Amino acid sequence: MVRVLKLELRGITKRFGTLLANDHIDVVVEPGQIHCLLGENGAGKSTLMNVLYGLYEPSEGEILVDGKPVSFRGPGDAMEAGIGMVHQHFMLVPVFTVAENVALGAEPTKAAGFLNLDETRRRIKEISDQYGFDVEPDALVEDLPVGVQQRVEIIKALVRNAKVLILDEPTAVLTPQETDELLDIMRQLKSGGTSIVFISHKLREVKAVSDTITVIRRGKVVGTADPAASTTELASMMVGRAVSLTLDKAPAQPKEKTFEVRDLTVIAPNGQHVVDGLSFDIARGEILAVAGVQGNGQTELTEAILGLQERVHGSILLDGQELLGRTVKEVLNAGVGFVPEDRSVDGLIGTFSIAENLILDRYDQPPFAKGISMSPARVLENAKTRIEEFDVRTPSGALAAGTLSGGNQQKVVMARELSRPLRLFIASQPTRGVDVGSIEFLHKRIVAERDQGTPVMIISTELDEVMELADRIAVLYKGKLVGVVPAGTSRDVLGLMMAGIPPEEHVHTTQAGKAADTTTISTSDAEGGDHV
Amino acid sequence: MSTTVSSSRPGNPQPGNAGKDAAAATVSAKPVGWKTPVFLAAFALIALVFFGLLAPNQTASFGISTGSDFFQLPAIQVNAFAGGLVLSILLLGLAAYAIYLKTRDNPVPGWLTVAFIVLFVAAFLIWVVGGARTPSISLAGLIAGSVTLAVPLVFGSLSGVLCERVGVVNIAIEGQLLGGAFTAAIVASITQNPFVGLLAAAVAGAVVSMVLALFSIKYLVNQIIVGVVLNVLVSGVTGFLFSTVMQANKAQFNSPPGLDIIEVPVLSSIPVIGPILFRQSLVGYLMYIAVLVVWVGLFKTRWGLRVRAVGEHPQAADTLGINVNATRFWNVTLGGAVAGIGGSFFTLVAIDSFTKEISGGRGFIALAALIFGRWNPIGAFFAALLFGFADNLQSIVTIIGTPVPSQFMAMLPYLVTVLAVAGLVGKSRGPAASGIPYVKG
Repeated sequence: MVRVLKLELRGITKRFGTLLANDHIDVVVEPGQIHCLLGENGAGKSTLMNVLYGLYEPSEGEILVDGKPVSFRGPGDAMEAGIGMVHQHFMLVPVFTVAENVALGAEPTKAAGFLNLDETRRRIKEISDQYGFDVEPDALVEDLPVGVQQRVEIIKALVRNAKVLILDEPTAVLTPQETDELLDIMRQLKSGGTSIVFISHKLREVKAVSDTITVIRRGKVVGTADPAASTTELASMMVGRAVSLTLDKAPAQPKEKTFEVRDLTVIAPNGQHVVDGLSFDIARGEILAVAGVQGNGQTELTEAILGLQERVHGSILLDGQELLGRTVKEVLNAGVGFVPEDRSVDGLIGTFSIAENLILDRYDQPPFAKGISMSPARVLENAKTRIEEFDVRTPSGALAAGTLSGGNQQKVVMARELSRPLRLFIASQPTRGVDVGSIEFLHKRIVAERDQGTPVMIISTELDEVMELADRIAVLYKGKLVGVVPAGTSRDVLGLMMAGIPPEEHVHTTQAGKAADTTTISTSDAEGGDHV
Repeated sequence: MSTTVSSSRPGNPQPGNAGKDAAAATVSAKPVGWKTPVFLAAFALIALVFFGLLAPNQTASFGISTGSDFFQLPAIQVNAFAGGLVLSILLLGLAAYAIYLKTRDNPVPGWLTVAFIVLFVAAFLIWVVGGARTPSISLAGLIAGSVTLAVPLVFGSLSGVLCERVGVVNIAIEGQLLGGAFTAAIVASITQNPFVGLLAAAVAGAVVSMVLALFSIKYLVNQIIVGVVLNVLVSGVTGFLFSTVMQANKAQFNSPPGLDIIEVPVLSSIPVIGPILFRQSLVGYLMYIAVLVVWVGLFKTRWGLRVRAVGEHPQAADTLGINVNATRFWNVTLGGAVAGIGGSFFTLVAIDSFTKEISGGRGFIALAALIFGRWNPIGAFFAALLFGFADNLQSIVTIIGTPVPSQFMAMLPYLVTVLAVAGLVGKSRGPAASGIPYVKG
């Protein structure tokens, strides 16, 4: 029943203007294999897959399916050839039902083009039962949790008889438990004869599930690796030099608690309590990491502290002073440094120079300004020092900030925020989309700020980062605080907390979590159940 | 250039989006605001003061049968003071219930809003007729006339539905109506055949739409601006041709043979319903068919599923092998043809010649009907009917002579438009990708 398919990419090159995104890439995906493409953000993995899926046309090179060269003019052709793709940002229409989304593009119809969604529902049920997906065909996609939406995407590919499934950074939006479930699904698919191209930069997952690893750096294949290789080995291949994955940090020496949040509630425009009765505090010289899956109130929490949210109740005290109800400017002047989660939208003005971006919060204060005049010389002077201090790789501070790489942009934001005396430092997703080399540097700076005696709050959806930096960990779920646990709490416990289960209820559930984690191919009933 | 590079590197995550999506996913309750209850209360009070307490003590009479009906129903007689008082107390009751619901954090249900509108309109009618010199109107005639006036509006808003559902904002409905009206007049005059004129009107509307489609889809020009420019262009061109060609030789170029009213035997004699459904011109019948066809098409067929997908999430449609821009182009063109047919109503049915600006801003009212009808063909139909009703009411009321100055009555359709869209629609959600050009990658 199963037609296996061998996929070969030969010399694929893709240029965007002068940017060389893929440089003569050769990859062979053997039938029934999980083939991992490992590389940093921006290494060209997704571009390569978009070429394979017919979304981009390659500038050079060819794609071979079962040894025969093919050319895809669009995703339709790729699907025809048995290639399916689950995109990093889901390609689902939120206001459609699961069945409508699955049917779209390959709709079973009755006479005169009338939809026959019953046929689609039957197919969804079939696949859902086979892999234990538990997906309701008539549910609206926007009402589904992210993990289920991902399964809908997989069903979409399977309904189209995909023999090769491309998963583009599939774990970015999942909790650790959901990730484990996904890895199990991948193994099941493999045993069912579907090959998988797994794109990731998370070493733990890659090692857990891959048969072959191809490492891509700056658009080139730099080699293949064995899944048994150590994480340090894989990381240095990915980055191109030796990196230390563990941060050397002295134990925290917390002093008095100067930052306090009491019963904080933020109400979204739609009436939902996106932050719901939050209370916590941070001591000087301590890092509190806020963990949680994306979209559980983290953004609103930071925005509330900064004064960017409108309907906020509760109290936010810094050095005994109420921050709530103050303007953003007053909050900043109270000594709050803030690194926003999306640097390109909220952190930088891409068309302004690096030097200008470095003084966005102090442009009107001495030494940069005097009365109504500004001193460009001092601004540039300041830029020179900061660029050196934060190791921003750029020929000049006069260049537009938008021309920098993600890591260097983040260093600019961090440099601006850390370049004045702070009473509180908040960094949201401090290393998202940043190369491994820069992560090391940024983490060190954050710890240095802590050691100067500043209370530090880190918001991160990357569990690795949380565990690395935190002195204490607060976990958010649906706007509520699930609990605050000490650093060194196990990944399993944190994972369950991220799914909304407080630590005191873990006694027996952790056992189940561990079991699912270690089983190679677990049955579908072992993995469900204990999650929300 | 820099945008091309950054947007074509999907390796970079776009933080925020996924998070917001996830947050949105957990929201199911609709926002509950004070706006609707307060709005209803204010209007209930207006009704109480003007239509109730200040109403003249005169009897208003509403005829509900026309001469050609099977059987004659007696006219409804209402004392304006008593009727106004009773209705405004009912309105106050509804408003109070809405406020009560709000205090318990429940949204105002749709039936309540509809009931409120119906009662308010009834109170207004009783007041206005009761105060007139001849306090008697034909209700059946009023409703039938409303449908007639609504015909171009319905076609216009269907055009809007077809365009916005696929992700293109069509501000050019006015231009499409006007182009249709002009072309129908001139072609029907030359060929002396109204059916050819009707066809030509559809083509003219489609041509206007194709310009919109070309510039907004292929050249990514701001859709609102193209739409506005097209309206001005069509108005200028038809105005120019009217004064140079049509007026110079009216007999040859501006005396189109009209489309006759086709009466369905027997059925057209049913009181009230008969004239509305079975005593229409070809364009009127086409309107009913078009509303149904567009609705069924959008929600029951493969074509509709793809159209809606393109309007909601074009990238998703693209990854499933649907040609986004081609789908958009042909839908916008189809929308233009529909609006063009609506335009022919002006010159082939309503009036037997073209005049400058004959569409008189109805394209914009159609746009409002589209939003009030929540991008749904049937909703848009009823919204257009409401505006047609307001339009017809003001002319009838002016004829029977009311205490209200006619200039104020002439404002009625537009007043209704503003109130409906601003006060009652609330935060309605249109197609997510409407107005956003689709660029691959």
